[in-house]
Amino acid sequence: MWKDLPLYPEQASTIAQPVDLLYFFLIAVSAFFALVISVLIVIFASKYRKSRPDAKSAHIEGSTLLEVIWTVIPLGLTMVMFAWGTILFFDQARMPADALEFTVTGKQWMWKVQHPTGQREINDLHVPIGKPCRLTMTSEDVIHSYYIPAFRTKQDVVAGRYSELWFEASKLGTYDIYCAEYCGTEHSKMVGKVTVMTQQDYEMWLSGAVANETPVQAGERLFTAMRCITCHNSTSTARGPDLTGQFGKDVRLASGASVNFDAEYVRESILNPAAKTVEGFQAGLMPTYQGQLKEEDILSLIAYLKTLGADKSAQGAAAK
Amino acid sequence: MSSTLHTPAQHASATKGAKERDTYLTADYGWKSWLFTVDHKRIAVLYLISIMVFFLIGGTFALLMRAELMTAKGDLFEAETYNKLFTMHGVVMIFFFLIPSIPAVLGNFLVPIMIGTKDLAFPKINLLSWYIYLVGGGATLYVAITGGLDTGWTFYAPYSSTYANTNVAAAAIAVFITGFSSILTGLNFIVTIHKMRAPGMTWFRMPLFLWAQYATSLIMILGTPVLAITVMLLALERTFHIGIFDPALGGDPVLFQHLFWFYSHPAVYIMILPGMGVISEIVACFSRKRMFGYHFIAFSSLAIAIFGFVVWGHHMFVSGQSAYAGFVFSFLTMLVAIPSAVKVFNWIATLYKGQVSLETPMLYALGFIGLFTIGGVTGLFLAVMGLDRHVHDTYFVVAHFHYVMVGGMVMAFMGGMHFWWSKMFGRKYPEAMGQFAAVVIFVGFNFTFFPQFILGYMGMPRRYHQYNDEFTALNVLSSAGATILGTGFLMTIVYFLWSLKWGQKAPQNQWDAKGLEWEKAQSPPPTFNFEDGERIVVTEDAYAYTYEESHTGSGHEVKK
Repeated sequence: MWKDLPLYPEQASTIAQPVDLLYFFLIAVSAFFALVISVLIVIFASKYRKSRPDAKSAHIEGSTLLEVIWTVIPLGLTMVMFAWGTILFFDQARMPADALEFTVTGKQWMWKVQHPTGQREINDLHVPIGKPCRLTMTSEDVIHSYYIPAFRTKQDVVAGRYSELWFEASKLGTYDIYCAEYCGTEHSKMVGKVTVMTQQDYEMWLSGAVANETPVQAGERLFTAMRCITCHNSTSTARGPDLTGQFGKDVRLASGASVNFDAEYVRESILNPAAKTVEGFQAGLMPTYQGQLKEEDILSLIAYLKTLGADKSAQGAAAK
Repeated sequence: MSSTLHTPAQHASATKGAKERDTYLTADYGWKSWLFTVDHKRIAVLYLISIMVFFLIGGTFALLMRAELMTAKGDLFEAETYNKLFTMHGVVMIFFFLIPSIPAVLGNFLVPIMIGTKDLAFPKINLLSWYIYLVGGGATLYVAITGGLDTGWTFYAPYSSTYANTNVAAAAIAVFITGFSSILTGLNFIVTIHKMRAPGMTWFRMPLFLWAQYATSLIMILGTPVLAITVMLLALERTFHIGIFDPALGGDPVLFQHLFWFYSHPAVYIMILPGMGVISEIVACFSRKRMFGYHFIAFSSLAIAIFGFVVWGHHMFVSGQSAYAGFVFSFLTMLVAIPSAVKVFNWIATLYKGQVSLETPMLYALGFIGLFTIGGVTGLFLAVMGLDRHVHDTYFVVAHFHYVMVGGMVMAFMGGMHFWWSKMFGRKYPEAMGQFAAVVIFVGFNFTFFPQFILGYMGMPRRYHQYNDEFTALNVLSSAGATILGTGFLMTIVYFLWSLKWGQKAPQNQWDAKGLEWEKAQSPPPTFNFEDGERIVVTEDAYAYTYEESHTGSGHEVKK
């Protein structure tokens, strides 16, 4: 039962345990006071239950001694909480010198990450275990907030300034990344996964080797990983054209011209999105993926787009 | 106009058949006598009706949100609709229900009576404040109808100033206008309490409800102008592209947060201090005992009002604010927790050796003490910087402020409405129903909001239209609780309305309570509150439940 309903997220960074410890301390203090207060209420409300209509209460004005006691004790406890929490926070605010340097750019509604070695990814983050990682972050538009519950850390990402965040992952696995600062319509879709890998796996990942994948599978993985789906979907509020079943068809452009949705057009649109914007959509929304995708990645995406919606039209043809 | 000249003795014997006494409700009829009234009690009733309309609207938004959150997928509403729901829920509940709830309804009704005077210092300004509130409320409903607002009630820039596609400027103007209603009410209370206390009503003889109203009024007149400035700057940037908050125009988005919270954190105390005042009245009456540590409770209200102005930065530990600023704000926030704790301990000590009875108002008061304690201590979790980095902007925050706002202020409002209902309308609500509904509301509340603490620590961010599957169980529990809570509120509204016509007629002093509103004013009171020509002179402290007869001097006899 408790396995299905855990009370705290996984402890996957070096500060997760200290933060949880402080949390449990506060819970203990809170539970103690809540218990004392409710027990006193129950005892007093029953012991001093009104007996007769004319019964008089004791005349008590107050007690300065008691007032001092219940001022000083909570004050002392809050000072312990304050000191403890502040030390923890400042440990997080001081950036380690030997960290791996990542950059993060927030944008409605995706996270763009660049690794120290130059690789880029969208929304997801791959980090090695046991190495401090430092994220320098900014936003292209509104305020976002980079939040990894399993690492117990979060930092707002603000346009016009750089904010910083560091962590040292301590447990292999895949954990959630959320945007914690409300940033507009698709705020709850501005999410990703952080994968903590061994140093060796991380280096493997950096070199881009994922074995035994067909181009279509690779393209599907990229289509999700690069969050193309965030804008290119079939909902009415989608900010990019739906790509399902488009391959090979003619597309009307905002300029009034039309263009065939072929491999050339897909490649151009990925690398230079503003060149030929589809009618009805705003130019300049889509970022360029120049440098983020290798030529073989683009080929994989093209292979995937060819299959997208193809089975449906095939079924339609069969029905006729 | 109150024309009958009964002595109290005549009144006690006045039964059926005698000429109906003129009350503020029956002094005049017709819509003009209400819409142009300057009677603080009628204005309180006008406020009561209007805030209940907004409470039902805001509550409906909340239930729709909880319906969406029954499932992890965003399947009931579009994301944009959901965002509008939580925004409008926050705006309506905060600006149009919580802030005016106790001050504008119970405060308006009771402040003049409790200090023994005929009306507030500025009766016409009092009416003006209600009209301003209506204009602001109307503008908000206009925003809701013409596409809604999706910025969150916090209006964070630059989303609100540049990126949102909803009617931000109109909403900003609505909030701007409504602020003046608060300012005028606060001004009226401060002047009234300073200048119009009856002879003998010294500061330290005032009921603690008045101390709480006074402290609240200070915040209203000092804080609200800053909110007005902030939303006006926002509207200017949005409409005329003057760079104030949007970095693309050369502004600073963090500045917006500083300005916004400079008002909105003290506003949290506008939304809890009056409730604390109500609880003091109820606890004293239903323990039949003088409030333990009267002076400490009175001064703790002022301490909260003052410290409340210097803790706004605790909303911004991870906003990019300097860690050293965070350090100071965290420290000051610890200090503001102390006066709240002092109040809780004093309320409990008041029960000691009292004569405790558990009618509906007392059930709400005891519920308040428990829920407010949880709301208060979980505030510490957020004020501790190292923990806030994890729980900031998660459901932990949502749970925390609902424990304070709903578990605290709404419980106090409900308790106060039950306590003074017969004073306001001359009829008793059905007691057994009241106790039952109080328990339903308490249970429903905890089912709704306790799971959200766990969701928050598990990492579920707030304002999420869709969420990970692992959070489903707790969200379903929370939504189920919301239906129980909603049922409890509906029950209460129904029997309150029922009692207006069919409720048992109440005597002047239903609870045998101390205080001028019970001992000197009829239920419901006449237009000028007390018997014509009666000069109120106060000779004893508040809550004189346990004083010997010799203590009760001449002018303030206890009516038998």
